[in-house]
Amino acid sequence: MLSEATLKNIDREVAKYPADQKQSAVMAALHFAQAEKGWLSRDLIGYVAQYLGMPEMAAYEVATFYNMYDLKPVGKYKITVCTNLPCALSGGVHAADYVKQKLGIDFNETTPDGKFTLKEGECMGACGDAPVMLVNNVHMRSFMTPEEIDKLIAECK
Amino acid sequence: MAILEAINPALTAGWHQPDAWHMDRDSGWRLKDYEARGGYQALKKVFTDKLSQDQVIAEVKASVLRGRGGAGFPTGLKWSFMPKGAPEKYIVCNTDEGEPGTFKDRDLMRLDPHAVIEGMIIAAFAVGAVRGYNYIHGEIYELYQRFEEALAEARAAGYLGNNILGSGFDFDLFAHQGYGAYICGEESALLESIEGKKGQPRFKPPFPAQVGLYGKPTTINNTETFASIPYILRQGGQAFLDLGKANNGGTKLFSVSGHVNKPGNYEVPMGTPFAKLLEMCGGMRGGRKLKAVIPGGSSAPVLPGHIMMDCTLDYDSIAKAGSMLGSGAVIVMDETVCMVKSLERLSWFYYEESCGQCTPCREGTGWLYKLIHRIEHGQGRPEDLDLLDDVAKKIMGRTICALGDAAALPVISFVKHFRSEFEYHIEHKQCLVPPDVQKAGSTFHTRLMAGATC
Ligand SMILES: Cc1cc2nc3c(=O)[nH]c(=O)nc-3n(C[C@H](O)[C@H](O)[C@H](O)COP(=O)(O)O)c2cc1C
Ligand code: SF4
Ligand code: FES
Repeated sequence: MLSEATLKNIDREVAKYPADQKQSAVMAALHFAQAEKGWLSRDLIGYVAQYLGMPEMAAYEVATFYNMYDLKPVGKYKITVCTNLPCALSGGVHAADYVKQKLGIDFNETTPDGKFTLKEGECMGACGDAPVMLVNNVHMRSFMTPEEIDKLIAECK
Repeated sequence: MAILEAINPALTAGWHQPDAWHMDRDSGWRLKDYEARGGYQALKKVFTDKLSQDQVIAEVKASVLRGRGGAGFPTGLKWSFMPKGAPEKYIVCNTDEGEPGTFKDRDLMRLDPHAVIEGMIIAAFAVGAVRGYNYIHGEIYELYQRFEEALAEARAAGYLGNNILGSGFDFDLFAHQGYGAYICGEESALLESIEGKKGQPRFKPPFPAQVGLYGKPTTINNTETFASIPYILRQGGQAFLDLGKANNGGTKLFSVSGHVNKPGNYEVPMGTPFAKLLEMCGGMRGGRKLKAVIPGGSSAPVLPGHIMMDCTLDYDSIAKAGSMLGSGAVIVMDETVCMVKSLERLSWFYYEESCGQCTPCREGTGWLYKLIHRIEHGQGRPEDLDLLDDVAKKIMGRTICALGDAAALPVISFVKHFRSEFEYHIEHKQCLVPPDVQKAGSTFHTRLMAGATC
C-alpha cells in the first residue's frame, strides 16, 4: 500500500524508540503516509497501524486528534494561513482574505481544479514574520504580502 | 526583515544575523561554526574537570535559571528531583512552541541547534539519562530536518552515542515530530504524544520526574532553557545570574510581535525596562499610541500600556503588575485595536485547542467563545459581562492541566482592564474604536465575521 521509500522512512523513525515502543513512530508514519497519498483514508490508517503492530483504533485516534492530518482529500497544494491574534495584528487576516479572493475559495474549500485547498491555522511559532503560511504542512513562508502571495501561487504548478 | 538584537548576549553571541527567512541563506548553525564560537566547550569542561552530577546541578542552581517554557520553575531544582540510580531515565526537550506570540525557540533551532543539543547532553549527564527526545512543533518541519542533520553531526563527532568523548557516559538523542496540537506543549500531553497517543495531559502528581516517558523518570525542559546551559557551565552559574537580577538569572529571548516597527527576537537581561525593549523594537508602528500589552504569550493576562511602561522584564515585576512573564512573548497592541475582537480570536483558539478531557475546560471554553462572539456581533446582553467572569472563574483551578486557566485569564483580564469597550459593544451594538481607526492599524477590519460590529 505504501512505497518502499515511505516504508524506509517509517523504519528510520521506528528505530528512534525502544524496541517495545514502536507505536511512538505513529505520528511520523502517518505524516509519511499522508505525504505519499495526499490524505489519510481509513484503509491507509489501518495499514499504518498494522505495520506498527498497534490497534487500528489507536492510530485513528491519533489521526483525528492532530490538526495537520487530512482525513479527506485535499488539493495538490494545501495552504494554511495563521490568523491568530499576533499575526492578525500584522496583517494575517488580510493575507488570508487576499488568498481567498485570488483563489475564489473560502477556508476549508478546494478549487474546482483540485489544485488548492485553503485552511485557517493557529500560531505556527513564527509570529515575528507575519503574515505566515504553511504549504503542504512542510514549507513555511514568511512575510506574505500580496506580491509574495502572487509569487507563491505562481510557483504552485 | 527578521530582527535579532541583544544586550549582553549569552544565547545569541556569535549568531549569524539572518536578513530574512530563507533556509538556504541561513548559515552559522553547523557544528564547525558552533565549535568556532566556543561550542561544546562546556561539555568538555564537565568531563575534563570531572564534575559530579551534583556539581553540575549545583552550578545550574547557582545561576537561578528559571524554566523558559512559561512556568518559570527553577531548573536546577527540577533536575534535583530525578531519582538517583534508576536504570532507565529520559531527558525531553519541549520545542512544541505553540503559545500565540512565541517564536524564540524557532530561531534557536534555526540558528543554534547545537546549543540545544549540548544543553541536553549536559542535562542528561546531570540526571543520569540514557536517552533523550526533542519534541518539535509540527509546523516547523524544515527545522526538524535541520535538527536531524545537527544530531548526525554531533554523533559523528563523538558528542552523542556510547562513551561520549571518552568519559564512559552513554547518551543518545532523537527528534520527535509534532503534528499540530497546542496542548502537546503541556509537558504530560507531550509525553503521551511521544508514546504515540492522543496528546491528553495526565493527572499530576505523579510528576514526570517520578513517572514520565514510558513510565520512567523524565526531566522535561524548554528549548531555551537547555540552550542556556552551556553558558552556565562555561562561565559559571554566578556569571549567568549576574547578567540578570536577583531571583531572575540571566538574559532571555523576548519575542515581540504586533504593532511595533521591528517585530522580532530580542535577547535582553532579566530586569530590563519594558520601555527599553520597545525602543529596541523601533517604537510603535506609525508612531501610534500604546494601548495594551500581553507580556508573556496569549495565556498571560493583558496589561494596559501605561502599567506595562512601568514594568521591568522579569518574573517578579510582571507578576506584581498582575500578569506573567510566561514564555517571554510580548504582544504589543496600539490604539487601533478593538479589545473585544482580539479577545474573541483568542477565545476561539482555546476552544479549538482544549483536549476535551475535563468538563469545565471543554464546555467552559465554548461558553466563553460564544459569549464574546455574541458581544462582538452586537447581540450581547448587559448581564453577559458578569456571566463571562463567572464562567471563567468556574474553569480556573478545576481542570487537569493549565490550559483551563490559560483560557480564563485572558478573559478575566480583558474585561477587567477594558470593561468600557465591552459595555459599549453591548449598549451601542458597535465598536468603541471607529472602523476607520481600526483600518489604519491593519488589524481585523476585513475579517469574515459576517455581522461583526466593526
Ligand atoms: C497549555 C500549555 C501549553 C504549553 N506550551 C508550552 C510550549 O509550547 N513550550 C514549552 O516549553 N512549554 C510549554 N508549556 C509548559 C510545559 O508544560 C512545561 O512547564 C515546560 O516545558 C517546562 O520546561 P521549563 O521548566 O524549562 O520551562 C505549556 C503548558 C501548558 C499548560
Ligand atoms: S484543562 Fe482542558 S486541555 Fe487541559 S486536560 Fe483539561 S480539557 Fe484538556
Ligand atoms: S500567531 Fe501566527 S505564527 Fe504565531
